[in-house]
Amino acid sequence: MKVTMQGISKSFGPVRVLDGIDFSVAGGEIHALVGENGAGKSTLMKILSGAHSADSGSIRIDGEAVSIRSTREAEALGIAIIHQELNMIPQLSVMDNLFLGREPNRWGVIERGRLHGASASWLSKVGAGQIDVSRTAQTLSIGLQQLVEIAKALSLNARVLIMDEPTASLTDREIGTLFAIMTDLKSRGVGIVYVSHRMEEIFKICDRVSVLRDGHFVGERLVAETGFDELVRMMVGRELKERFPKREVSLGSVRLKVEDLTDQGHIAGIHFEVRAGEVLGVAGLIGAGRSRILNTLFGVNPKTAGEVLLDGKPQSIASPADAIAAGLGFVTEDRKSQGLVLGLSLRENITLVHLKKYAHAGVIDRKAEDAAVKELMDELQIRARDAELEVKALSGGNQQKVVFAKWLAEPPKVLLLDEPTRGVDVGGKAEIYHTINRLAAAGTAIVMVSSELPEVLAMSDRILVMREGRQTGIFDAKSTNQEQILTAATAGLRAS
Amino acid sequence: MTARQKETLQKYGPFLALIAVCIGLAFLSPNFLSVSNSFDVMRQVSINAVIAFGMTLTILLGGIDLSVGSILAVSSVLAAMTMKGGHGAGLAAGIALLAGAAMGSLNGVVIAKGKVAPFIATLGTMTLLRGAALVLSNGSPISGFPSQLFAMLGGGYVARLIPVPVVLMLAMFAVFWFVLRRTVFGRHVYATGGNAEAAKLSGVNTDRVQILVYTVSGAMAALAGVVLTSRLDSAQPTAGAGYELDAITAVVLGGTSLAGGRGWIFGTLVGALLIGVLNNGLNLMGVSAFYQQVVKGSVILLAVLLDRGGKT
Repeated sequence: MKVTMQGISKSFGPVRVLDGIDFSVAGGEIHALVGENGAGKSTLMKILSGAHSADSGSIRIDGEAVSIRSTREAEALGIAIIHQELNMIPQLSVMDNLFLGREPNRWGVIERGRLHGASASWLSKVGAGQIDVSRTAQTLSIGLQQLVEIAKALSLNARVLIMDEPTASLTDREIGTLFAIMTDLKSRGVGIVYVSHRMEEIFKICDRVSVLRDGHFVGERLVAETGFDELVRMMVGRELKERFPKREVSLGSVRLKVEDLTDQGHIAGIHFEVRAGEVLGVAGLIGAGRSRILNTLFGVNPKTAGEVLLDGKPQSIASPADAIAAGLGFVTEDRKSQGLVLGLSLRENITLVHLKKYAHAGVIDRKAEDAAVKELMDELQIRARDAELEVKALSGGNQQKVVFAKWLAEPPKVLLLDEPTRGVDVGGKAEIYHTINRLAAAGTAIVMVSSELPEVLAMSDRILVMREGRQTGIFDAKSTNQEQILTAATAGLRAS
Repeated sequence: MTARQKETLQKYGPFLALIAVCIGLAFLSPNFLSVSNSFDVMRQVSINAVIAFGMTLTILLGGIDLSVGSILAVSSVLAAMTMKGGHGAGLAAGIALLAGAAMGSLNGVVIAKGKVAPFIATLGTMTLLRGAALVLSNGSPISGFPSQLFAMLGGGYVARLIPVPVVLMLAMFAVFWFVLRRTVFGRHVYATGGNAEAAKLSGVNTDRVQILVYTVSGAMAALAGVVLTSRLDSAQPTAGAGYELDAITAVVLGGTSLAGGRGWIFGTLVGALLIGVLNNGLNLMGVSAFYQQVVKGSVILLAVLLDRGGKT
């Protein structure tokens, strides 16, 4: 069976995430799909597996046009996806998970014997026959859960299997098992789409590789005929610099000093300094511990070791309230769940952090509040009919500006930014970059986590690179390049 | 109709419904709109309204307080015991209010610090405190208080016209209105109820907000208990059973979302009045108690369905 996607485009609101992508996978091959975070890999695969629908473009199976409107329809066509976050119900048993929604039954009564037997036989086909099918799913390791998912896909007669970052949370041994099973499936004619960041795995197991960048199709290569350097070049491209406004850098004294920052198992031994007026970029793959640094500094998670100094003074920060009192600000990664109270107005969101500034004895002075809100809306060019509008009615870019505005009523000493331009259109991005530059110029020290390498390179003075909870280096932004950063972030297969 | 007009209509929907019901009843029963009957309705409503004001805060947080009826009973018994011990009305009411606040803060601590779901936490204290009321009073009512002042709380009139409980209700309404609209605490209630994580990341002490809200809810239940005790000249350890549901009904009828973060105190006042007006009107019209329940239940469902209907 051969699945061909042609000219696939998709937009979320004003943001075009896929633009005319061609992609195909045939039975008996493993086809890698690579690209930076946000390149559109997951969206493309969600379209193929029925979770999203494309705005335009076609999908053909063995030359015949099909429409895939739901996961069920995809499964009926023989296409199954194994998500990065596994989709099992933790409290149910392995066999109940395997046959969820299609339990063998008579008059609605589940036939335990058939369920048990069928589950065991599918599991043995993926080399996991040792699993007791009546165990609850939550007692299995992630690796074993993944095998159960693969068994489930096969039991659905999947001829094309999409695996989204399957090795992200596996141990080396589990990865070995997974690769053996993938090779076996391939020899039995199953086509596999393998979405991954890990270069070394692609060279080890894949036959073909397609590269996406910023929602565009860059090219397709036979793995045997390409190399690490070429793939990285295709992934990062040659970006234009004009997207990022220039900034006069004048560094002051050290504002934030972090020594040996360690938490309960996510990050360890993080150490860096940021000066007044400096932007420190933090790069790395998803799950490398970048956001964790910010969360730990801000008192969201406890640190287990290490020192944090602000303007030379040691701080003990146990909660976000402590962090704010110390002069920190934090533009969080997910503005909808962490940054904004969507049902409240722009005004109420903007003044939430420093509300006491506009209050006497606990009573809010509406005149002072309105004046401050108006000023911040002008300063950040927030475009909204009026300040009483609920923030959920705003576009992503304007919402993100509201999140910034929250922190600017009282300019922070240190501003932590986590993916500050995610889901923001190009124009909005430029305005946010201006704001970052203006803050830096006014003496704020900025720590910016971003998955967009061009953004990190252009906006930062120095770049800290994370891999698996450790920092692998701090690079001067002027003398480094994307290849070097990506290498430091992905196990350093080869130094460029 | 624009989205904004629709929103406004929805916001004032309960109020319009109240007016409509009043007009309807005025035609059906000429006595309904008389001054004395109007104040009667408001006095009957006052106890539920005061409890519902506190309940509004807990529901704005996305929580609930099922223990208000039991807190009312304990406070009522404590006030009665204080007076039987030879103390005055002021001390009795003060002790009742403090006890109510203390019981409420217990709820708040269990919910905020113990991370127990409000429904479960207050279900537990509901039973626990009902038991406490029975233990304290030995299971029997405490009746007959000599204090004239105390009798005023439930049975007195201001300017010979307005019942004292109505004045208390309107005063509490004004306080809650002001706190929710104009104070930092009120803003923090909406923010915490709307998105607790974002509020916390913005430096709001969400634990403290929760504890304070349940403390206020307990104090309001105690205030209702004092008024009820005065009115009946008797403290009943079984008093207040089921009051939590009446209060929740008033809050929900008033348009406050059970999901938290959205609602207002005016709606709750209107919701409480709507229930009271229906009760009164159906009584005046001589509708049997059985049918009254059918009518009230239908009104609640209709109101909530209309409220839902406007949302996507």
